[in-house]
Amino acid sequence: MTIHVNGESRGIGDGQTVAGLLQELDIRTDRVAVEVNLEILDRKDFEIRGLREGDRVEILSFIGGGAN
Amino acid sequence: MHDRLVIAGREFQSRLWVGTGKYKDFAETKKAIDASGADVVTVAVRRVNITDRSKENLLDYLDPKKYIILPNTAGCYTVEDAVRYARLGRAAGVSDLVKLEVIGDEKTLFPDTAGLIEAAKILIKEGFIVLPYTNDDPIVAKKLVDIGCPAVMPLAAPIGSGLGIRNPYNLKIIMETVKVPIIVDAGVGTASDAALAMEYGADAVLMNTAIAGAQDPLAMAEAMKYAVWAGRLAYKAGRIPRKLYATASSPIEGML
Repeated sequence: MTIHVNGESRGIGDGQTVAGLLQELDIRTDRVAVEVNLEILDRKDFEIRGLREGDRVEILSFIGGGAN
Repeated sequence: MHDRLVIAGREFQSRLWVGTGKYKDFAETKKAIDASGADVVTVAVRRVNITDRSKENLLDYLDPKKYIILPNTAGCYTVEDAVRYARLGRAAGVSDLVKLEVIGDEKTLFPDTAGLIEAAKILIKEGFIVLPYTNDDPIVAKKLVDIGCPAVMPLAAPIGSGLGIRNPYNLKIIMETVKVPIIVDAGVGTASDAALAMEYGADAVLMNTAIAGAQDPLAMAEAMKYAVWAGRLAYKAGRIPRKLYATASSPIEGML
């Protein structure tokens, strides 16, 4: 099935969870915020949250920035 | 030195807070922050680069156990965006602290203070410790405190402008009007600007470009550390009044 991750289409296996997706992308779970269809997930739900066709996933982290 | 800054029950070691943008690389960021002695570092929240995973993570360099990571809502022009980014910052991090910015205009990056108050209200209700980046407007500062902000962060001058404190009188009025810590944020150009802010009675100074944009960021970071210390000490020591005419420091008595 196809989902959207940070604005890009991506094919993933059926039943993939958020934690599984992060692992596939080689992203450490303790440093990111994940939003699925505008809902911000609790980190403890990454393992149980299954992804569905067309889901819009945003994965964010801290970057250098002061202001603006 | 038992002169700690306390905000919402949290104790801060340093009165110099720094941003993490505009550095050459993370190694330089880390070195500059260490030279500044700052324990609070503000960071932006952005999409992870999922195509190039070789890119390093800022937190590989800034251990959240050693530094207080202060997520900001930089780049947000609406209440909705600022609230969303604040929530994402909390979800990505470990604390309820947020440096709240609702920007009103691209050219000046001045805060949209009406939006700021609205966003602050929402976030405070959700348990955030909101540190608002605001204008040098005493009325807005008071409103922000009244709704529950445990500190206010008025600007010295536009972000990245390096103009120094444009309105010292307003800053002084803010310091007299509100009874929470004041962190002068944005617009500092060089060490004397930071010292001056502290001499006026600011509780801390936050800066990014003044250090990151200096020809030698590490040296400037160190200069800022001493400037903030010097300014704080001078403030606590209490300066002499300004007088138009001279007063001799040596006694007349005993002269020939």
